[in-house]
Amino acid sequence: MTVHNLYIFDRNGTCLHYSEWSVHKSFHFSQEFKLMYGMLFSIRSFVSKMSPIDMKDGFLSFQTSRYKLHYYETPTGVKIIMNTDLGVPSCRDILHQIYSTSPLKVTVKNPLCSMSETLQSELFSSRLDTFIRTLPFFSVRAG
Amino acid sequence: MSRQANRGTESKKMNSELFTLTYGALVTQLCKDYENDEEVNKQLDKMGYNIGVRLIEDFLARSSVGRCHDFRETADVIAKVAFKMYLGITPSVTNWSPAGDEFSLILESNPLVDFVELPDNHSNLVYSNLLCGVLRGALEMVQMAVDVRFAQDTLRGDNVTEIRMKFIKRIEENLPVGDD
Repeated sequence: MTVHNLYIFDRNGTCLHYSEWSVHKSFHFSQEFKLMYGMLFSIRSFVSKMSPIDMKDGFLSFQTSRYKLHYYETPTGVKIIMNTDLGVPSCRDILHQIYSTSPLKVTVKNPLCSMSETLQSELFSSRLDTFIRTLPFFSVRAG
Repeated sequence: MSRQANRGTESKKMNSELFTLTYGALVTQLCKDYENDEEVNKQLDKMGYNIGVRLIEDFLARSSVGRCHDFRETADVIAKVAFKMYLGITPSVTNWSPAGDEFSLILESNPLVDFVELPDNHSNLVYSNLLCGVLRGALEMVQMAVDVRFAQDTLRGDNVTEIRMKFIKRIEENLPVGDD
């Protein structure tokens, strides 16, 4: 099992952070973040309109034949997206932990850190990297 | 893992007098700088707002409270969880308007004013106005526009301290504008 990559968006669609661990098709196009955010935005409204019953959490994840996308959104609109392979179970707790531990301390509690721009913090990147590498299903080999 | 993180934040609880005194020093300095109570109130509200927009992230991360579905639920969370977490008090929620869009928080004790007596020449000063800004800023981040003000204040001779909150509207989320 493996973790491919991780995106963090703020409420306005700015990509606060992107990191990758095992991305096999490694090409980036200029509009990648915008397309990603647009897709998530559409899925959210699609899901809320199509659902025949009132939802508690809304959109949680989707999967294709090769990967699974996990989605977590806070009430303030911060969105954390993690792509993994298919064997990984629901990651809600883990994504909440990413929100509640590292990004929070670095951005929210650092008054010099604007909350609506891409994070430039080394500290944040390294903490996040360490955290992801300790996850039980993190293994680059197995991908 | 999460339990460990919780322990970390709880152990950092500190003496609230330091907070109270710091706040007092802030108000004193603002009074010197502006010489006009209205302006001081405005500055306190503005600072509170800036604190609130950040504090909400801390609050959500720590409490794992989800999205509120109505204003009554919001009132409960503010009084029972948020005030408890940050000020160590639990205000009571009363005086609901018939439409359910307005309520009051009654504070039996206000930790900000532990050592304060308002001199006569500051009769318009809303000493704890920072709290209004904090509430407004935090709720704005969860898509609620709310009007917050002090309706009664023990510092000004009232029997209780009352914060009046009025729901104005839901802030709609918009798709960011594209380049073209």
